[in-house]
Amino acid sequence: MADKSDLVLEVKGLKTVFFTNSGLFQAVDDVSFTVKRGETLAIVGESGCGKSVTALSLMRLVPDPPGRIVGGSVMLEGTDLLALDETEMRAVRGNRISMIFQEPMTSLNPVMRIGDQIVEAVRLHRKMSKREAQDVAVEMLRLVRIPEPARRAREYPHQLSGGMRQRAMIAMALACRPALLIADEPTTALDVTIQAQILALILDLQKELGTGLVLITHDLGVVAQTAQRVIVMYAGRKVEEASVEALFAAPKHPYTRGLMASIPTVPAPGVVAPARLNEIPGTVPSLVRLPKGCAFAPRCKLAIKRCEAEYPPLIDWGGGHLAACWRAAEIAEVA
Amino acid sequence: MFAYLVRRLFLMLVTLFGISVVIFFLLRIVPGNIVDILFAAAGYVDPADKANLEKELGIDQPLVVQYWHWISGFLRGDFGYSYVSEKPALQEILPRIPITARLAGLALLFSASIGIPLGVISAVKQGTRLDYALRVVSLSGLSLPSFWLGLLILTASVAMFNQMPIFNPNPQTWLEAFATYAVPAAAVGFRSAALTMRITRSSMLEVLRQDYIRTARAKGASDAAVNYQHALKNAILPVITVIGIEAAFLIGGLIVTETVFNIPGVARFLVEAIRWRDYPIVQNLVMLIAIVVVSANFIVDMLYAVFDPRIRYTD
Repeated sequence: MADKSDLVLEVKGLKTVFFTNSGLFQAVDDVSFTVKRGETLAIVGESGCGKSVTALSLMRLVPDPPGRIVGGSVMLEGTDLLALDETEMRAVRGNRISMIFQEPMTSLNPVMRIGDQIVEAVRLHRKMSKREAQDVAVEMLRLVRIPEPARRAREYPHQLSGGMRQRAMIAMALACRPALLIADEPTTALDVTIQAQILALILDLQKELGTGLVLITHDLGVVAQTAQRVIVMYAGRKVEEASVEALFAAPKHPYTRGLMASIPTVPAPGVVAPARLNEIPGTVPSLVRLPKGCAFAPRCKLAIKRCEAEYPPLIDWGGGHLAACWRAAEIAEVA
Repeated sequence: MFAYLVRRLFLMLVTLFGISVVIFFLLRIVPGNIVDILFAAAGYVDPADKANLEKELGIDQPLVVQYWHWISGFLRGDFGYSYVSEKPALQEILPRIPITARLAGLALLFSASIGIPLGVISAVKQGTRLDYALRVVSLSGLSLPSFWLGLLILTASVAMFNQMPIFNPNPQTWLEAFATYAVPAAAVGFRSAALTMRITRSSMLEVLRQDYIRTARAKGASDAAVNYQHALKNAILPVITVIGIEAAFLIGGLIVTETVFNIPGVARFLVEAIRWRDYPIVQNLVMLIAIVVVSANFIVDMLYAVFDPRIRYTD
């Protein structure tokens, strides 16, 4: 177990609810995790499982109304972000904790020069003249390997490609050397060839700057390449947590197994590929009307009576491998 | 860019030519000319006298000749003589322009400086009581005709202060000048302010949902910086369009406002001239107004490129 001072982020029992016309639902329900300096934690799950809301909750950017964080703590470098007032929180955002978003095409202000957007981020948190901040901006653009950074800094977002814009977003997010970077599906909107470059860039910079990274993705391939530890979320809850090696070697939760089975594989030469991709039957349940027991039970091939009646607790199955499933112990034999 | 400007200027000339034709023939379709009106007022008609007067004024000639006569004069800056006062039309029009220009300018300033901030506040506080109150005020601004509002202001000032704001043609101090113009400008600008507010609000609501607003918050920007620097700059284009259109509509509002407040401006003068079928005044004045409106549109288009770097006028 790592030294406590090595922890950048410690989330305990985070609960975020949304008040909607169709009722109250818990988008994030009792989620806990930690991130160490320089570590990458991946959060995976289907659309609507609460991974993005988790990220926004860390930034305290959940739109209120309708959303509200109702419980738990988010300790960033020893400070509980949930206890800060809005002014104090603003001093943390973009400074100690930063975020990059899924859509590079729409995440930059179209009427501001790229350089000015980075300058703004820098000057919000560092006492610097405009000149000095501009130098920092160009330096950041160079760091994210944008060619001709001085010229690009004077350009507007529409003059840059999607990949370039995401690089600029990364430059902006890292400009103040945050302790923690949250990347919410940073490569989903990009071409496959660009995806690999952007991921490699994020990992390089993370290593260089020692930033903790929370990587939100639905792509297990990305997880395998980048993360040290993984959280699997389903219907707002953490259903499994493990090191990347342990998770891929022996997933304990049937949902995780389903996710892995649905990755298409290239068949060996001479083998006829199955006509249909593997999928998890059914859809994510409505968070307004969650079943009483395990939320995954209605879609689970291994479900037993108990699954429908009682929510399984998260149990450590050894070496920090947590899973919330009544049948986790026997899963290797029954699945 | 240069080719765009040339094409744009050419289109403006075509528009102005069209307007000149329309106003010229519309005026002549309206039954009666100045001679008819004079003779009707005098109560008897000697056809020979009438024909003489028509010949003297040149309104007996074929329409095409008359048109050519007018438009060539207009282009040379020769506006002819007013039928009513018999003074040069230019002398009649020119001194009235600054009065109306001040009134219109102040009304536009009023509508932008009130409408835009209130629109931003209304959008940011969407769904709150403040938002509802502002929306009710703006709706009333849109539904109150400016002459009615002007009359209300006059009546109220008599009831409360026992005096009326009377137009002062020679204000001594800057403050006096402001007071002279501010009340009628507010009366005519209330509608524009209301419209500006509504457009700003809806445009802001659209922009506030955008991803880059979330990015700005994620940087740690304050609410004020997010709302005014990030959101408003993106939301301003439709507002500029509306203010540009309002600049043209204002002329209509000014006609009644100048009448209600008894201000000797261009707009009221135009109505007088139409009543007398004072062709030289009406035609030339309408052309001048048309030039202002067409130029306002041109300026709005140019402002687009200033506010939105994605808009570049190319060939």
